[in-house]
Amino acid sequence: MCLAIPGKILSIDGDTARIEVLGSIKKANLALLDNPCEGEYVLVHAGFVIERVDTKRAEETLSLIGEL
Amino acid sequence: MSKSMHQKKPNFIDEYREREAATRILEKIHAISTKKITIMEICGTHTHSVSKYGIRNSLPPNITLISGPGCPVCVTASSDINRIIDFVETHPDVTVATFGDMMRVPGSYSTLSEAKANGADIRVVYSPLNAIEFAEKDPDKEVLLFAVGFETTSPTVAATIKIAKEKGLKNLSVLALHKLTPPAMRALMDSGGIHIDGFICPGHVTAITGSEAYAFLAREYKAPCVVAGFEPVDLLLGVYMLVKQLEEGRANIEIEYSRIVHPNGNKKAQQVLLDVFTPTDALWRGIGEIPGSGLKIKEAYSGFDAERRFEIPSGPEIEPDGCDCASVLKGLITPPECALFGTACTPERPVGPCMVSSEGTCAAYYRYKSL
Ligand code: SF4
Repeated sequence: MCLAIPGKILSIDGDTARIEVLGSIKKANLALLDNPCEGEYVLVHAGFVIERVDTKRAEETLSLIGEL
Repeated sequence: MSKSMHQKKPNFIDEYREREAATRILEKIHAISTKKITIMEICGTHTHSVSKYGIRNSLPPNITLISGPGCPVCVTASSDINRIIDFVETHPDVTVATFGDMMRVPGSYSTLSEAKANGADIRVVYSPLNAIEFAEKDPDKEVLLFAVGFETTSPTVAATIKIAKEKGLKNLSVLALHKLTPPAMRALMDSGGIHIDGFICPGHVTAITGSEAYAFLAREYKAPCVVAGFEPVDLLLGVYMLVKQLEEGRANIEIEYSRIVHPNGNKKAQQVLLDVFTPTDALWRGIGEIPGSGLKIKEAYSGFDAERRFEIPSGPEIEPDGCDCASVLKGLITPPECALFGTACTPERPVGPCMVSSEGTCAAYYRYKSL
């Protein structure tokens, strides 16, 4: 039940964002995220954005694996 | 790093499904692992991924990976399933909205699915916000949201209640049976029934709570923890980090899933949660009552509390005959050790809750043939 999927915010209208999730466009509520911005990657769960994706950290994790 | 990782635009999923990376981490785990250890993952979504990607069998034989009470559907007390079934059967005028996984969970006598087939107005929602849509569409009809879920989900329900209040909705209420995971982990450790060397902590719960919420496992119980993501590379890297800690004799809380999880979590979501809910004692299926492990709606939002709006007396707490979910949820047995597994109990005809949702341990074992 804790499944959540990353996507990219395309546009923001009030408390709702249009988000590209795996090629399709979904709407999600932004009430749980501080300062959401268009263009950023976020995590969507049950119709809400629950956190943003830290893309720098994502890169770091991948390079860490490369160096193992 | 392989080139293919950079060829495509990142979507934060595919990069963590790369076979080459998974194989390399697996080799590393085999290279450093000498101790006999038991690791528990405590999130149903992890349970599902572990089985789906065959991770359990790819690890060295000295590493045992077991599943804990991480499926919110499975840990909802049978008395609570019974009372919501009783409620829908006695309140045909109320629309009940709930998450899909709840529909087939066996209570003591019946399921919500069966009640729906018998005419009850039960609707499956993807988001708790759908309940607001139902309430707005039909203002003369009472809508009750039957909400379960851990810290990943409870802030979405809290936000829904706040939105409903702002909208001045009068016909929506919530039966909130949310559970908090850290008190359950403490109860599990204190029960002494099982020896666990380290934990893979739930990635999306800790996205909200922050990894600090689990730090007590490392500090007080000397059990190292790694918060991991859900893709195979995430899980394997999480296991590697955990094995490394155990081999080096360390017990820290580390974050593999650093693209999402921070030590202090999502402050805004925590605030929304605390605006609406306050901790209370809660009954876990198969485990019993755990102090401070549930959430109840605060006075300021009492108008949205289904327990105050309706009489919803607790149902009986009777488990299906022969079902060993209690032991499965505590990690004491693996599903194939239950006499009903795969014979009387299958995902098509589940006897116990652990066989229902794809995140239930029994369902995950069955579906992926115990891999
Ligand atoms: S296999 Fe079925 S009956 Fe046995 S513990 Fe799992 S859910 Fe319960």
